[in-house]
Amino acid sequence: MENFNIFIRSIFVDNMVFAYFLGICSFLAVSKNVKTAFGLGVAVTFMLVITLPINYLLQTYVLSAGALTWLGPEYADVDLSFLSLIMFIAVIASMTQLVEMTVEKYSPSLYASLGIFLPLIAVNCAILGGSLFMQQRDFPSVWTAVCAGGGWGLGWLLAITAVAAIRERLAQYSDIPKPLRGIGITFILTALMGIAFMSFLGIKI
Amino acid sequence: MADKVNLKEVLFNPFSKNNPVIVQVLGICSVLAVTAKLEPAIVMGLSVIAVLAFANVIISLLRSTIPTNIRIIVQLVVVAGLVVIVDQLLKAYAYDVSKQLSVFIGLIITNCILMGRLEAFAMGNKPWPSFLDGIGNGVGYAIILIITGFFRELLGSGTLLGYQVIPQWCYDHGYANNGLMILPPMALVVVACIIWVHRSRNKDLQES
Repeated sequence: MENFNIFIRSIFVDNMVFAYFLGICSFLAVSKNVKTAFGLGVAVTFMLVITLPINYLLQTYVLSAGALTWLGPEYADVDLSFLSLIMFIAVIASMTQLVEMTVEKYSPSLYASLGIFLPLIAVNCAILGGSLFMQQRDFPSVWTAVCAGGGWGLGWLLAITAVAAIRERLAQYSDIPKPLRGIGITFILTALMGIAFMSFLGIKI
Repeated sequence: MADKVNLKEVLFNPFSKNNPVIVQVLGICSVLAVTAKLEPAIVMGLSVIAVLAFANVIISLLRSTIPTNIRIIVQLVVVAGLVVIVDQLLKAYAYDVSKQLSVFIGLIITNCILMGRLEAFAMGNKPWPSFLDGIGNGVGYAIILIITGFFRELLGSGTLLGYQVIPQWCYDHGYANNGLMILPPMALVVVACIIWVHRSRNKDLQES
């Protein structure tokens, strides 16, 4: 039940895009049409679900203070947490490469639709942000990490698809001042969506 | 790119004409998160300048030895190493600010400005131009951070760098701080306004 709550919270209340503004760079670049936006969203969700538990295990059994006690009592006061950034990003970068190769081998059709987005994901701040939030919040178990990863991913997917849909309509029907066209209006759009998503803040589950 | 790199353009173009944030649209995430107050914005700007300049130099020195297949991992590791140094320095000498910046120092690693500049410039140029390019883009980024932080702190809290700027009699006559400015969505609106002003002055940047 606890984990389900975290899952729902991660989608709406802690939404990566509208509450923390993470992963905005690729969000702005790719949200021009719904189909590609959806593809990138699926890829991000997938990576979050994979990397968050791996980084959680790394954090619990290798990196945090006293985590190496399982090797023997003399390791009890080893604290490797200053290495966590490098380890997390290495996990993310290599998982991206691994997933890219696996998908290419076993499902060429999925690769064709996701192909260009997969390398982009290594530098998507939502993925590293997820791992860093996981580290900050001391999740109780690896399942919590899976649920939070899934929730953050779905929240990101929801956000990018919604904004892409609005942008498609905006481009057709509205008369925006010239200097604001393109990036400018997308910023304001995202800000308004962010304010709308704040209404979830009061929800206690 | 021309054979002879114009050093002056490399250094000064990113300030306004080719600004990394509002023209190339890189590194937006951290702009939004750290600009509620001016002080973290300045610290963040300085950290990015330092990391970007040195990462550019290191990658530029290594550029002929890095295999193309794994260049992203190499770049990330170099950047991550530098960021860890900055992170530890901040924790040692400016603990309060480092608490406020929380995960965002770590997120410098995935700041698209870094990857963008490393890919686009440092992989193909000598160390000295790369260093200038890093400084230029870092300053361009810091300028936007500081402008955004300035307006958000002034209008949101009535202070600058923690000192009261709006005099007390204004409040006595019914002036109130705009609480909305503290919230993250307003950073987007402030940056959108900067883009608006900037593009109405540089007509060639406008999208049709």
